[in-house]
Amino acid sequence: MATHAAGHHADHHDDHDHKPQGFMNRWVFTTNHKDIGTLYLVFAFIMFCIGGAMSGVIRAELMTPGLQFVEPYFFNQMTTLHALVMIFGGVMPAFVGLGNWMIPLQIGAPDMALPRMNNWSFWIMPFAFTVLLLTLFLPGGAPAGGWTLYPPLSLQGGSSVAFAIFAIHMMGISSIMGAINIIATILNMRAPGMTLHKMPLFVWTWLITAFLLIAVMPVLAGAITMLLTDKFFGTSFFNAAGGGDPVMFQHIFWFFGHPEVYIMILPAFGVVSEIIPTFARKPLFGYQAMVYATASIAFLSFIVWAHHMFTVGMPLGGELFFMYATMLIAVPTGVKVFNWVSTMWKGSMTFETPMLWAVGFVILFTIGGFSGLMLAIVPADFQYHDTYFVVAHFHYVLVTGALFSIIAAVYFWWPKWTGKMYSEKWGKFHFWWTIVFVNLLFFPQHFLGLAGMPRRIPDYNVAFADWNLISSLGAFGMLLTPIFMFLILWHSKKHGATATAQVWEGAHGLEWTVPSPAPHHTFTEPPVIRAQDLAHGDPTH
Amino acid sequence: MSAANRVWQKKGWLIAGGFFAFGFALIPLYNIACEHVLGIKLEQGAVDADAAAAMTVDESRLVTVQFVANTKSTLPWAFSAEKVSMQVHPGQLSEAWFDATNTSARDIVGNAVPSVAPNSASLYFNKTECFCFTEQMLKAGETKRMPVRFIVDPRLPKDISTLTLAYTFLENDIATKKLAESNQAAAPAS
Repeated sequence: MATHAAGHHADHHDDHDHKPQGFMNRWVFTTNHKDIGTLYLVFAFIMFCIGGAMSGVIRAELMTPGLQFVEPYFFNQMTTLHALVMIFGGVMPAFVGLGNWMIPLQIGAPDMALPRMNNWSFWIMPFAFTVLLLTLFLPGGAPAGGWTLYPPLSLQGGSSVAFAIFAIHMMGISSIMGAINIIATILNMRAPGMTLHKMPLFVWTWLITAFLLIAVMPVLAGAITMLLTDKFFGTSFFNAAGGGDPVMFQHIFWFFGHPEVYIMILPAFGVVSEIIPTFARKPLFGYQAMVYATASIAFLSFIVWAHHMFTVGMPLGGELFFMYATMLIAVPTGVKVFNWVSTMWKGSMTFETPMLWAVGFVILFTIGGFSGLMLAIVPADFQYHDTYFVVAHFHYVLVTGALFSIIAAVYFWWPKWTGKMYSEKWGKFHFWWTIVFVNLLFFPQHFLGLAGMPRRIPDYNVAFADWNLISSLGAFGMLLTPIFMFLILWHSKKHGATATAQVWEGAHGLEWTVPSPAPHHTFTEPPVIRAQDLAHGDPTH
Repeated sequence: MSAANRVWQKKGWLIAGGFFAFGFALIPLYNIACEHVLGIKLEQGAVDADAAAAMTVDESRLVTVQFVANTKSTLPWAFSAEKVSMQVHPGQLSEAWFDATNTSARDIVGNAVPSVAPNSASLYFNKTECFCFTEQMLKAGETKRMPVRFIVDPRLPKDISTLTLAYTFLENDIATKKLAESNQAAAPAS
């Protein structure tokens, strides 16, 4: 049963929900955290589909040796845009959407701290990606130098360079605004009694992620500004002929780039830390350890960037430093994996769809973590660098890591958002189908990389043919999964069974004290928090 | 509540603005780290002639210096070292010659970027004269012979017996453009 205070709100809002009427007022001018969260999630879904279609082009071309379907230059545009769309258009907005929806509900706040900035930070995104994707239709095509934009290659494109840089600037501004909003919300808007050490892990991981965002997105903005002035205004930041240094770009880029990969995985840790206790029916094992592990990962992310560029010719001392610092990250990450497993240990586990995705996350993300450790070893990295092993590694952490957690979160909180249950049968089908095909897709890429197949190439030695075919078959299976998910959720919205307020038997946390679907306005008066309502009420667990 | 939110908004933008500036500050910071922490010499200017003369020649030791000549693919120059390698005594002033030919039909200004490997030896490799100190202009079809005079510091660590001096010629787009403009301006007068 809900708390007294939450129940009171439910009664109040069931009668008159104060939703703005009309499409423009409801969605375009909205300042409501739930509506903006929905917009972000819908946007991310569309971007996942576009980025997925691009990966379809890539895997179709790589299915057999030789050039079949596309020109190499177009292939390079596909790899570049696939990465930019998936990272900045898919994973990051999806997590911002989840944060928008859930953070105010989880800390008992009526809305985000800066609602109008919230509207702005979302509505920049469609424009940014329109600009980016329109480069496909420019003379000279889209950027094709890889998402890392290394000069001088990235500067050899035509006008697409300016368009892409402008688009990335806009994405960066959007992310910074979203992050500032999340920081202000979490630090200022918590309900009385919701102390920092009682906050759900999802809120904690987002707080730390938001600080990473406002620290590194501006560094990316600086790096691409330098690219812009190098190309169009005659500066020589990275131009060797003018006394600049192209390797300098890699240092600056990865100073952003490594924290960026944690920006994409820390909220995933938060999601999984909410789901596993719910379905293991036990409090999270080692709550405080989880918080401090997250903070340590965030700190370490700033001092490991050069492991992306071991082969540029760094001094031995530098390589050793970055190798050991990188391996150090395995310690807090190991703490987290240990704690998830310990939470499940002797729990009364059930395997509803969100739990399946969360357990899948723990296992497959750990595989991605281990291949990361292999890449951290300097002498080994000289062999693995820029091979498919790297591709396999970061797809395990980003697809079976970040994306799995996003899907888990959608199934977990969907009944709270819509008031409708989805079909467990088809949700499980979605999961098992994905597990089979995602591993067919990415696991063989480890073998290809170890055998020496370079990344970012449209054609390859026939020796690599078999595993590439299997990988492509996996990709074609994966291309169906967004359709499954769309149909499952659409069916649930139209015909799903009515969800209760608590939804899941083992669910704890303020978001489960409001009715399902969550009313348009919640916690307009701060809730009275009782210990049993909190997911992590007793932090000594 | 909303005043406190505005404070956090301000702080957030200040942090973001600070890190934007920090991105640019990384360039001098990396240079400082290279020179003072990692011991890589980035300053490629000429060493003082007096300092060079003051070095004593270590007759007991021979170091192999290898020469590598590259051009960026977009620069239509043929560029090579006359000798692939030579043996020198540390402290001894030596000379090596490089040849560059402009194979295109236009005048081009190029800059040579030097690099010394292994990078731990860069501190001990001194040039008293080098074509890489200035821009080089080659008229269409012109060939130029260019010297490098250098001294290997006798303090070079004992475990290093081979050094590689590599040059990469890159087109100096801005200077080449200016040259083309001044050629054009001069053409009607003649």
